[in-house]
This record gives sequence, C-alpha cells and structure tokens, in this order.
Amino acid sequence: MQLQTQTRPKVIAVSVIDDRIDAATAIQFKERMRDATRDGPMRVVLDLARVQFLDSSGLGAIVAVKKLLGPDRVLELAGLTPTVEKVFRLTRMDSIFTIHPNVDAAVAYAASA
Amino acid sequence: MPQVPDRTDRPPELYLAFRADPASIRRSLAGMLVCPPLSALREDARGSAEVVLAEALNNVAEHAYGEAGGQVEVTLRQETAGIRCLIVDAGRAMPGGTLPEGRLPPDRGPALQDLPEGGFGWHLIRSLCTDLSYSRIADRNHLTFLLPS
Repeated sequence: MQLQTQTRPKVIAVSVIDDRIDAATAIQFKERMRDATRDGPMRVVLDLARVQFLDSSGLGAIVAVKKLLGPDRVLELAGLTPTVEKVFRLTRMDSIFTIHPNVDAAVAYAASA
Repeated sequence: MPQVPDRTDRPPELYLAFRADPASIRRSLAGMLVCPPLSALREDARGSAEVVLAEALNNVAEHAYGEAGGQVEVTLRQETAGIRCLIVDAGRAMPGGTLPEGRLPPDRGPALQDLPEGGFGWHLIRSLCTDLSYSRIADRNHLTFLLPS
C-alpha cells in the first residue's frame, strides 16, 4: 500500500497510489494513513482518483481513519471513481464525508475555508 | 412466454477453486474479471459484480473458515438475465441457516466514535445482485445469485 503526501497551506493531501483498497490491504492502509497524517495540518484530503475498487473492509478503514484523526481534524475525500462512489452511496457513507471532484478542488476549498 | 431457443454452443462458464484468504481472493478476482463471462459486462456492471463477489468471498474467508482457512469454489455462467454465480465452501454454516438481512448498521449517535466501521457487506451484496439464495448441502455452504448484465 503506497501513499503519496503533499503538504499545502492548511491542508495535507494524501494520494493512494494502489488501484484498490480491499480486505488484503485495509489494515495496512489504516496504519500508513495514521503515519502520514500524524501532526499534520487540521485538514486532510484523501485523494482516491487512482483507486478503482473499494470493498467494505476498505470502506471501514477509511471510516477508521476519520475516527483516528479525532474531532478536531477533518478528513475529506476527492476523486471518487465510479465503483468507489457506488460503495459510498449504497452504504450512505457519502453523507458523513465532504466529497470533492478532485484533489485540486479540495485544496482550493480548504484554502478558502 | 416465448421459449428461449436451444443453443448448441455452450454458454461461457468459468470455474475456479482457490484458498479463501485475502491475497488469493484478490488474485482470483482479477483473473475472473478478465475472462468470460464477466469480461463481457459493461464497466459499471463489472464494477458491481466485483463488489458482490469480493464481499461474498471475504465472508467465506472471515466467517465460514476464519483462522483455519480452506478452499472456495466459484462457478460463473452466462444466462439470459445475467451471470449466474455459485460459491461453495466447506466452512461453518450461516448462523441460523439463513443469510443476514443486510440492513445498514444502525445509527448509534452523532459522535465520531459512533460511526460504523463494518457491517456493510451483506447490504452491498443485496443491493447489487438478484435471486440471492443460500443452502447447506452435505456440510457445504452454497450461495447463488444473479449478477445483472
């Protein structure tokens, strides 16, 4: 599970390089996210543009990351591909995240907030 | 109802047997998706098929077998209405002999720590396939469903 991070003013953008977050990688994803976002800016954007597939384990891991960040920090999502978007929508987890069309829009939103 | 004409050519059928563990499931899914009959699905339907198969196979690995592990068999066959799937394992039976209802996890409250991290699997399966049925035959679990094409 490979992540790429980019720190901008007021926001850290974390891009998932793998093309899937599933039962085989969910735990590793959660651990890498915890390391990548430790002591960073208040706002975290998770860029999922390369992720073509997410199962319920992967979804659970993303929710777990939101919890790990705690109530004082924000996890937002960007770049949901069609199958990933479908999993969020069907489980209604799309209602607990702010979802941006892409990472640039998410960063611009954070800068203006 | 008009009768479906007999076809002399066999519809594409795929059979796979593999160990029910996350890495083997991932590898086998990738193989299934590029072979008929799944490879003929439109991208959107193929994404849904992958979600249903992944959730059903993860359930076999996590609940039917657990730590012990074991083999799972998948058969996929093209039918008129879609792709018929059969998943067979020799693990533990479904509790109560029936499939979970697949309700979304209940809303436990507005607090961050109340958010559910699991319990989505059967809801996704039931949302994305039809004709779902389960039976226990000769100490084996048989799960069948239809993936709309």
